[in-house]
Amino acid sequence: MKRRFITFGRIVRTGMVNFVRGLWLALAAMAIMVITLTIILFSVIANATFNHTVDQIANQVDVSVFLEDSASSAQVNGFIAAIKKQPDVRRVEYLDKQRAQEQFVAQNNGNQSLQSAIVETGNPIPATIHVYPKNLNQVSTINQFLTQKQYKLLQTNDSPSYNGDRKKAIDNITHATNILRRVGVLAVIVFTIISVLIIFNTIQMAIFNRRDELQIMRLLGASTSYIRGPFVVESVIYGVLSAVVSILIINGIFVTASSSLQATSFGLLDISYSQSYFQNRYWLLLSVQLGLGILIGAASSVIATRRYLKFKTPKK
Amino acid sequence: MILLDRVTKTYNKNLGPALDRISLHVEPKEFVIVVGQSGAGKSTLLKLLTREERPTSGKIIVGGIDYDKLHDRDIPLLRRKIGTVFQDFKLLSNRTVFENVAFALEIVGASSNEIRNTVPKVLDIVNLKDKADRMPQELSGGERQRVAIARAIVRQPKILIADEPTGNLDPKHAWDVIRVLEKINRYGTTVLLTTHNQEIVNKLKRRVVTIQHGQIESDRANAQYNVK
Repeated sequence: MKRRFITFGRIVRTGMVNFVRGLWLALAAMAIMVITLTIILFSVIANATFNHTVDQIANQVDVSVFLEDSASSAQVNGFIAAIKKQPDVRRVEYLDKQRAQEQFVAQNNGNQSLQSAIVETGNPIPATIHVYPKNLNQVSTINQFLTQKQYKLLQTNDSPSYNGDRKKAIDNITHATNILRRVGVLAVIVFTIISVLIIFNTIQMAIFNRRDELQIMRLLGASTSYIRGPFVVESVIYGVLSAVVSILIINGIFVTASSSLQATSFGLLDISYSQSYFQNRYWLLLSVQLGLGILIGAASSVIATRRYLKFKTPKK
Repeated sequence: MILLDRVTKTYNKNLGPALDRISLHVEPKEFVIVVGQSGAGKSTLLKLLTREERPTSGKIIVGGIDYDKLHDRDIPLLRRKIGTVFQDFKLLSNRTVFENVAFALEIVGASSNEIRNTVPKVLDIVNLKDKADRMPQELSGGERQRVAIARAIVRQPKILIADEPTGNLDPKHAWDVIRVLEKINRYGTTVLLTTHNQEIVNKLKRRVVTIQHGQIESDRANAQYNVK
């Protein structure tokens, strides 16, 4: 047990000494790791921001229910209560005739003739229930509920609004957001895979440069773990330092350049959301980066050393 | 101590065997010189003993270990029992002289105290005590080879295998190395030395095994070696 402890201590110490003695090579390897880990982190934040933007668009989509003037307030209240009980419904907003008219007037502020026509005809705008789905994919389920016979009786002919052009628009938005979300996740996965491969290659090259050392140790009778250990320790140090630096870089970008980022994103992306996403999850992201750096570093060095540690003894 | 029984090693069937049914017996504490021209099979013989290569046929027993029964995972343990010196030194370039020698003790789990006590003594034997903190590239060829010898003997192995340790050295440094090997042999270590340096062989007056075309041509005590 004591011997194992001594050996473990030596492996860690040798890894650290090798790191310091081979500092230039270490810096080159870490520069690559920093860049790739930063790209991964950046793509995660960009994906979250992008999803947030997509969510904001999706949140504005609703199914509008137009009520017959003949519907009693008891019927309307019962109907609203039933809608609220639906699991797919996020929010319900009820506008009586008066407020529906006010909203319509406000939305058509520049159209004087339309406004005067409404006043002259004595408010033809029906009382309206806006039903916001939790998820755009659930719009058709909500629509099925709203068009049940007992509820359809309370509505005007063109209600609910999930039909015709509006249905097409909602379906298009739903389809587009589904694709965009998948593209975002795919981008993160692709960037991560590319980064892992680059880091793996970098460490493999660093170890390739020192293959003689590995083979000498092997000839002297060092065990696999004793030879490999310091390389793993060294790669883990690369991983830890690179993860910390990459977090600092992203932090620096948000601190110094968030306003210029906002300006160059043409208002399409909410940079302040990116910033708060990053800051709220600072420790989580740091832990994930550290985990990723350590894992890739250790795994790469284990795999890269393997080929030089095989015994050249083909079976008879 | 070392027993080879009809050992054959063939790398490529078209080229014929590098070693052809070689039988050799080396007693404990012997100093045996293996001579032969380049390509005769000397290095192959040593590689079989350190288990860098595996024989195509035949039996090898070293220090009581039967190689037929040796698993890959036990090869490091075998190599720790044999001290090996290579023609190209094989020092770890990123470690000091002290650390290179200490490495041989570290891998067997020796304590730091033991390393601190033993390494200077061994460096003293090879006359390098004052260069313990140098890096290998700061040393001459002879000094590097003496570091390699120090590393090979620091664990006090029963067997020392030296593969042309003077091959890259001038005569003065070559003799420094040979004297160290003789000293180690006097302490009780079996030494197996390969060389094609005629002068060294003839002055040492030891048992000489001559290998020619993969076979043992002669095996004589206190022998002379004449390059044909």
